Amino acid sequence: MNISWYLTVSALVFSIGAAGVLTRRSPLVILLCLELMLNAANLSLIAFSRMWGNGDGQIFAIVVLVVAACEVCIGLGLVVAIFRRRLPIDVDEMRELHG
Amino acid sequence: MAPLMFFIAGIGAIAGAIGVVVVRSPFYAVLALVSHLVCLAALFLLLRAEFVAAAQVVVYAGAVMVLYVFVVAYVGGAAEPVRPAGGPGLRAGSIIFAGLLAVELLIAVLGSGLKAIKTEGADYVFGFGTPQHIGQLLLTRFLFPFEAASFLLLVAAVGAVVLARRRGGLDPSDEPAPMIFGKRPLGTGTMREGVGDVNPTPVLGARAGIATAAAEQEAAGVASSSEERGW
Repeated sequence: MNISWYLTVSALVFSIGAAGVLTRRSPLVILLCLELMLNAANLSLIAFSRMWGNGDGQIFAIVVLVVAACEVCIGLGLVVAIFRRRLPIDVDEMRELHG
Repeated sequence: MAPLMFFIAGIGAIAGAIGVVVVRSPFYAVLALVSHLVCLAALFLLLRAEFVAAAQVVVYAGAVMVLYVFVVAYVGGAAEPVRPAGGPGLRAGSIIFAGLLAVELLIAVLGSGLKAIKTEGADYVFGFGTPQHIGQLLLTRFLFPFEAASFLLLVAAVGAVVLARRRGGLDPSDEPAPMIFGKRPLGTGTMREGVGDVNPTPVLGARAGIATAAAEQEAAGVASSSEERGW
């Protein structure tokens, strides 16, 4: 398979994730859609790593994996903190920092 | 064989991604993301990234998704109401935006002058993408990113504990009623009582040591469970 096929899948998944971040309102699902976007980036990193026969892209993908895990950790901590304070779990309702 | 695998895994990945965005219940969205991640790991395998594929399945589809499922179960995971987000037209606008983004990315990817993306990539050398290869790279050339990533994980763990712990500022009426122990049954209580510091528990017979140990164990169990119910 050509590398361009993998990049096509990556572009489609990234756009789907972007649409999810824009349309959904639950912070849990927004975090899931962020994961989709990070994974799409991972796929293209690994495709380029294969294209050059070089392992650097895979190391980059592993670092992205770590960053995504940290982001999930903090994001879910925020969701739990929001839930503890009996606030609505809805990004449209939480607009105190809206400006 | 490889094109067949690619199309199965690629269509599965895209279908899983659409499922995450479209499904209303957060729990099913998490399950759709798990299937998406497994299909993506298959794509990684086709790209000869064995170690990253295994890490993807173990770390993402295993650990992170379990964390998600726990939080969805804790928060309640109620489906979103049907009310459009932000106002009418925003949903349509965001879908149009995503479509335009996809078109732009595809033009950038497929219309680029890069000749190598029309090929299968560089020649496969034995050992590419194996744990040995990745480990060697991580501990020699990429030692600093490796250490920085581990420090980031530490910071994230501390941050999550700080965010999710119990703290002041809650409305007192929201607090659950404190557990009131009148006269405790024999052998229960806090660890401090278990070692006989305060309110010593009468220990019967000659098997004092064993009974004390059992009381301590029970005390620890009671303490942790009451702490759980306390918040």
